[in-house]
Amino acid sequence: MTGPTTRGEAPVADRLRSGAFYNVTRAVLSNRKATVGLGLLLVFVVLSLFPGLVARDSPTADTFTPSLGPSLSHLLGTTSYGQDVFAQLVYGTRESLVIAIVAGLLATALAVFMGVTSAFVGGTVDHALSMVIDTFLVLPAFPLIIVIAAYTKHASNGVLIAVLVVTGWSYGARTLRAQALSLRNRDFIIAARVRRERTWRLITFEVLPNMTSLILASFLGAALFSVLAAAGLQFIGLGNPDAQSWGTMLYWAQNSEALQAGMPLWAIMPGLCLALLGASFALLNYAFDEIGNPALRPVRMRRGR
Amino acid sequence: MKYFRQRLGFFVMTLWACITINFVLPRVMPGNAAIDMMARFKGEISPATYHAMALALGVQTRQNLVSAYVHYVADLFTGHLGVSATFFPRSVVSVVGASLPWTLGLVGITTVLAYVLGTLIGILGAWRRGGKLDSLLPPIFIITSAFPYFFTALLAILLFAIKLHWLPTGFGYSPEAKIAMTWSFAGDVLYHAFLPALTILITATGGWILTMRNNMITTLADDYVTMARAKGLSPRRIMFDYAGRNAILPNLTGFAMSLGFVVSGAVLVEYVFSYPGIGYTLLLAVQNGDYNLMQALFFLITLCVLVAVLVMDLVTVLVDPRTREQG
Repeated sequence: MTGPTTRGEAPVADRLRSGAFYNVTRAVLSNRKATVGLGLLLVFVVLSLFPGLVARDSPTADTFTPSLGPSLSHLLGTTSYGQDVFAQLVYGTRESLVIAIVAGLLATALAVFMGVTSAFVGGTVDHALSMVIDTFLVLPAFPLIIVIAAYTKHASNGVLIAVLVVTGWSYGARTLRAQALSLRNRDFIIAARVRRERTWRLITFEVLPNMTSLILASFLGAALFSVLAAAGLQFIGLGNPDAQSWGTMLYWAQNSEALQAGMPLWAIMPGLCLALLGASFALLNYAFDEIGNPALRPVRMRRGR
Repeated sequence: MKYFRQRLGFFVMTLWACITINFVLPRVMPGNAAIDMMARFKGEISPATYHAMALALGVQTRQNLVSAYVHYVADLFTGHLGVSATFFPRSVVSVVGASLPWTLGLVGITTVLAYVLGTLIGILGAWRRGGKLDSLLPPIFIITSAFPYFFTALLAILLFAIKLHWLPTGFGYSPEAKIAMTWSFAGDVLYHAFLPALTILITATGGWILTMRNNMITTLADDYVTMARAKGLSPRRIMFDYAGRNAILPNLTGFAMSLGFVVSGAVLVEYVFSYPGIGYTLLLAVQNGDYNLMQALFFLITLCVLVAVLVMDLVTVLVDPRTREQG
């Protein structure tokens, strides 16, 4: 930057401070929506890593008295199959979270690849890829997922993730393409081209770091979509019925008419967890929108107080 | 009209993609309707019976792919969609025809309502930025828009149907009611549609509020809005005719694009409420391995979304002069 500094640790700090990671972390901590979203997400991550710390009972044990109301020994009551609702809820976190994150990551990778390729190659390739992106965008994803899952019968998690990626990447690809298009003619990219940087180097070191917040946003969007779609699929009975997940819990609860039979917590709690996990992704996503577009940041009305 | 031609081209292209998915999926995936039937009869079926059954259910066993494709597309457009295995011996077309009005009524009306409501709240929120409406609604709706449709539906049933006994837990009409064009039947239908409609409204409105608010904030910072203020135009006029009109343009495309999501969510709402529409029928078809019905319904759902997208594109041409000048 401006020559050698006096303090020894300064260069490292400088590098950290200018790094994309540091920017993102600072932005998250200074935004209330993001902090709440991150907090919620952390709770679920801890639950998925150490379910045994929170729940005493095994999620698969079906030896309790069926259809109990909430009590100290069964915090959320038991199911009509004699399982502990709280234990199932805690142990179900892992699968919902893993599906969301894996499918979200893969969908984002595909979105980055398609969006950036489309924008940087341009011409006919861009036309063709845009057409593909838009087509996937308007095809109603969930009915498509249902149809595919119907053919594969009780989809395994691998199949489930593959289907979620195929149906969930297009929205991110569209926004990333738009961003890449606007970056394409900036001075620093043109300068890099003049330096005859290789295209892959140009993309990984000049373009992608400038799209960090948008890439994160499309990951969160894809993860949100995956959580809801996977749970929906399991809820209607197209997932693996023996899986430990919130969607499967809802499936069994709905099958036993838990709401009508006086065990509302059995159906409502997994739904609430899904909603909270979804909300944490949505809050983070919205916060990144605010970070990427300063015009959207909350303003305080000045009334001369 | 270059723009119009482009959009029409996109419509045809996406429709073709949907038809092709429908055609290819059964051929690359294991299993078909006849094999499912076989499994139900535990293999006590002679090859001749299997062949007859495959013919009846429209399973093409041996055929050249190209001619199969041509036949498939021709059948689709002439309405020869085969027999439904779930509602045997009714034809797929009659089953679909019976469920379509329910979905069009419920999902169509609520989607438009959610859009109009969300857009208005978004405009007002951005206009009085940081005000009461703006600091209360957007955060709430960020959270509700992430709720799974079926969770909102379950909550609604628990509260209004089971605890309060105000509204029915499901179905499109009372079992004792006669389907007829009478006022009492119409009232019964509305009574049953209220909860599912509320569910879709709660979940779908949030997205529109957020996008509209963001567009509006960007637009309000533009010079021509400042100019309009300087000229002393009435706030109403600036809000709707100057800023709102321009801010809504990206949102129109957004409406078309995210229609697929709303329709997807509505499938689950119909399932939870056992509402006799397209989505519920689709799930029945899936559970019974009724591939003919399933394909027809997927085609129909996609067609509805694509038509809505096309209509939205045409509306954009009407509202935005810039799209007209290009052509």
